[in-house]
Amino acid sequence: MSLILIVLLPLVGMAIPPLLARTNRNLAFASAAGLASTSLVLLLSRSTAVFAGEVERWSVAWIPSIGWNLSFMVDGLGFMFAFLILGIGVLIIIYARSYLPESDNTGRFYCYLLLFMGSMVGVVLSDNVLTMVVFWELTSLSSFLLIGYWSHTVEGRQGARMALVVTGMGGLALLAGALLLGNIVGSYELSTILQSRALVDASPLASTALLLILLGAFTKSAQFPFHFWLPHAMAAPTPVSAYLHSATMVKLGVFLMARIFPVFAGSEMWLFLVGGTGLATMALAAYWTIFKDDLKALLAYSTISHLGLMTFLFGIGTPMAAVAAVFHILNHCAFKAALFMTAGIVDHEAGTRDLRKLGGLYGLMPITGTLALIGAAAMAGLPPLNGFISKEMMLEESLHVHAGSLPGWVVPAIVTLAALLSVAYSCRFAFGTFFGERPESFPHPPHEPPNGMRLPVAILIAICVVVGLFPEQIAEPLVKVSGTAVVGEPLPSFHLALWHGFGTPLMMSLIAIVGGALLYAGRGRLFAAHNAASVRVVAKRLYDGVIDATVTFSERVTLALQNGSLQRYLSLLVGAAIIVGFWPFWQLGYSSGSLPSTPTDIPSIVGFVLLVVTAVGTAVFHRRRLVALVMLGVVGLVVTLAFVHFSAPDLALTQISVEFVTIVLILVALHLLPKDSPRESPGLRRVRDVGLALAAGGGVTALVYAVLTRPFPFESISEYHLANSVPGGGGHNVVNVILVDFRGYDTFGEISVLAIAALGIYALIDQFGLGRLSPGLKDQEDESDHPLMLSVVARLILPLALLVSVFIFLRGHNAPGGGFIAGLVTAIALILQYVAFGAGWTQRRVRADFHPVLALGVLIAGLTGIGSWFFGRPFLTSWHDNVHLPLIGDIEIASAIAFDFGVYLVVVGAALLVMANLSKVDKREHLLAQERERERKLSLTMPRVEEV
Amino acid sequence: MELLFAATIGILVSTGVYLMLRGRTFPVVLGLALISYAVNFFVFVMGRLDVGHAPIIRVGVDQYPDPLPQALVLTAIVIGFAMTAFVLVLAVRANIELGTDHVDGMPQREGRDE
Repeated sequence: MSLILIVLLPLVGMAIPPLLARTNRNLAFASAAGLASTSLVLLLSRSTAVFAGEVERWSVAWIPSIGWNLSFMVDGLGFMFAFLILGIGVLIIIYARSYLPESDNTGRFYCYLLLFMGSMVGVVLSDNVLTMVVFWELTSLSSFLLIGYWSHTVEGRQGARMALVVTGMGGLALLAGALLLGNIVGSYELSTILQSRALVDASPLASTALLLILLGAFTKSAQFPFHFWLPHAMAAPTPVSAYLHSATMVKLGVFLMARIFPVFAGSEMWLFLVGGTGLATMALAAYWTIFKDDLKALLAYSTISHLGLMTFLFGIGTPMAAVAAVFHILNHCAFKAALFMTAGIVDHEAGTRDLRKLGGLYGLMPITGTLALIGAAAMAGLPPLNGFISKEMMLEESLHVHAGSLPGWVVPAIVTLAALLSVAYSCRFAFGTFFGERPESFPHPPHEPPNGMRLPVAILIAICVVVGLFPEQIAEPLVKVSGTAVVGEPLPSFHLALWHGFGTPLMMSLIAIVGGALLYAGRGRLFAAHNAASVRVVAKRLYDGVIDATVTFSERVTLALQNGSLQRYLSLLVGAAIIVGFWPFWQLGYSSGSLPSTPTDIPSIVGFVLLVVTAVGTAVFHRRRLVALVMLGVVGLVVTLAFVHFSAPDLALTQISVEFVTIVLILVALHLLPKDSPRESPGLRRVRDVGLALAAGGGVTALVYAVLTRPFPFESISEYHLANSVPGGGGHNVVNVILVDFRGYDTFGEISVLAIAALGIYALIDQFGLGRLSPGLKDQEDESDHPLMLSVVARLILPLALLVSVFIFLRGHNAPGGGFIAGLVTAIALILQYVAFGAGWTQRRVRADFHPVLALGVLIAGLTGIGSWFFGRPFLTSWHDNVHLPLIGDIEIASAIAFDFGVYLVVVGAALLVMANLSKVDKREHLLAQERERERKLSLTMPRVEEV
Repeated sequence: MELLFAATIGILVSTGVYLMLRGRTFPVVLGLALISYAVNFFVFVMGRLDVGHAPIIRVGVDQYPDPLPQALVLTAIVIGFAMTAFVLVLAVRANIELGTDHVDGMPQREGRDE
């Protein structure tokens, strides 16, 4: 179990620092450091097992139907990466405490950092490619948050966005690649995939999968030509740059290549794609690095170059090259994180990190200076430091590359050149900052930083030195075990050593060191030549161009379609629907079915005529709104009658109650809207609309007629409902049983929608700035204002109506009725009081707040559903039985009645919440309208005054 | 009868569409209501027409109307009410906030009458 804890601790614990930060900044720091260290300890507790070559696994099915498990494993490779992530993470947390200004919200920072840390550990420990992709995306998102942590700066926002676009795009490609790979192998479990080289080799899709996966890796690890986002991500606070952009996140791409190494490495395509990209990135980035004036930009480009080096090594595809890559990953983490933190110290203490404004700092901060010198030496690959050893191994491996028809000396020459350039930029970093001429003044008077910032650097530099001096004792076990995990089979015997004897690699190293030093000495001429000759194809400009073009294009399309006119949208929608609807008729021909039609009776004809007259009347008289509303009311009544006639008593009851509530609501709303619609559409427009309307209506008529004249093409589930309503649901009213039992889940969703709609209405009105009850409603208190007949009847009806609703509710399971209808009847009885006595009067008497009623209704319905879990049944299974009550006798009780009661409450709550709120707007609107009128008059008169 | 019912739905759709294409909020709400009737009828009638029965199980009765569309339409009627109410309130709010009940996306044309 505790394996997943390593991942979960930071992810779950990320909520803690923001909470603690409110009280104390140090507490937030301590909690973050504590969480990260605990995870680290948990990981280290497995070291014995890992070094013994065991692989611990933990797995739980997530979506078994597609083979998606939440599974984790600790093998050598995962262990090494998790160790780096958590170990450096702890150091970064310590460093950040001193680095971040007091004014910053450090809780948020640690929260993001822990999120990032957990996602990273999740990626490297995943045993399922889909799980890995999910965590991979999480690292992109959390790095977006971290880069943009200082969201008040433009660079921060732009850099964050660019990183997200580039790595997010790569993440999508990776997902596609992972799906393909899983399909080829037939499993998404990494441990299975890694054993299935034969399957992958045989598949024609393998190269596509590899390409997609590499796209993910290259974007994440900033390989050429996707490198440009990394320098822009340097807008992040330095601890973030040190952690994400040198030590951990950018190495994920490299990690991915290591992970899939057993399945793909060694093929021609792998060598050219991975090796070639790595080589190009290493050399190009090293060249660009020299010309960077910003310390962080310099380190960023150097990081790209070193990532290229690792990629190149994996690309070679031999076991020893993989070992060298793994070793270099470790070494690079140590010295590059240390150097980033040094750059942060310089920035923090001197107020600038521009090399043109820096120099001679060694005298002012000797300890930091010494640490930086050692770090830079490791970066340059000087003995006796760790960087020297892995670089030697890389030079050695480059001699064994056989790349097609390329002459054997080309690759070693490029590699040596890259090494030479790295010596030059390391010199520039170290000497440019700490030696040379000291400027007259710095933005801050520089001095040694607090221990919290220096200590992490010192620890990392110590590691560089110790690993350099005793590689066999310190680093070899870890390199061996993770190298074995990468290659997937036992490694050839080897030992890490500082001294490899005289040989070609040492010669190459010497050339690089001497040449690099000379290049640095003669940098003046180099800079001049670079400035004169350089062809400035800046990848960022390309990226900006693409992004701008995309934005402009979508803006144009959107503006063309979305001009803000509902009429335009609806006419397009209706027009499209008509075309789509008529298309099949056109293609397949139209014919009515063969079913004999039912005889037409007199009531139907009368109803039809009435409906036609009123529906058309609604449309014709729509500009006289009250008339149109009356017409609409009649349409509703005819609809109700139709339900009665065509054997749907429940629908008829529902329709007539809803009709009442709707018409009252529209009346109230009409009070707040203009009373008439002026004629405004030009004649041609109206002709077009009539055309659209007739086409739509004709189409629907044709469709309905075609369906009605044909028998059911399949067996309807209704037969099942009819047969099982009494024995299974314990109710004779099949419609109600379907609602509360067979399809109770649907009903549950529907009452939730009802509740949400009511709350939405409440929000629309309440946010409008109205109090609970506006004072303007007071004047309705005067009872002489109430319409006499209506108020007398309303009082009489209230208790009767409530009784009727109880009756309808109780009988609903066996006769027409139920929660929906009973709820509507209750609502009508109460709404009638609003109509008769006014909102103010009624609300003072109906004290109830309708929010709890709504919530209670949904809750009761939900709890009834959950109740069936306790009997081991699925959600909302109903139970029913005969109960014998004294005096009353046998009655049938179903648990569905509780559910129906929930429905009842939601309906009552929703209807009244809407009514109560809409009636509150009343007076307020008048006041507003008057005020607006005054303002309008004022604005009309003002210019005239000026004219005079 | 089938043709009559199909025509009814068609007329409700036609009037509803015409009203929805008007330029003010109120007719749009009316149109929406008419289309709701039409859609409810449409779903309802998919169970075929049946006169003089009820979906209530009784001893000795063996012909029932299709209960499933009825159940679907019952909730649809209530949800339709919620939707109408929401659109209404939206219209009221828009009218108060913008000072116009136009839906053609150009509130600056306030008071443009022909």
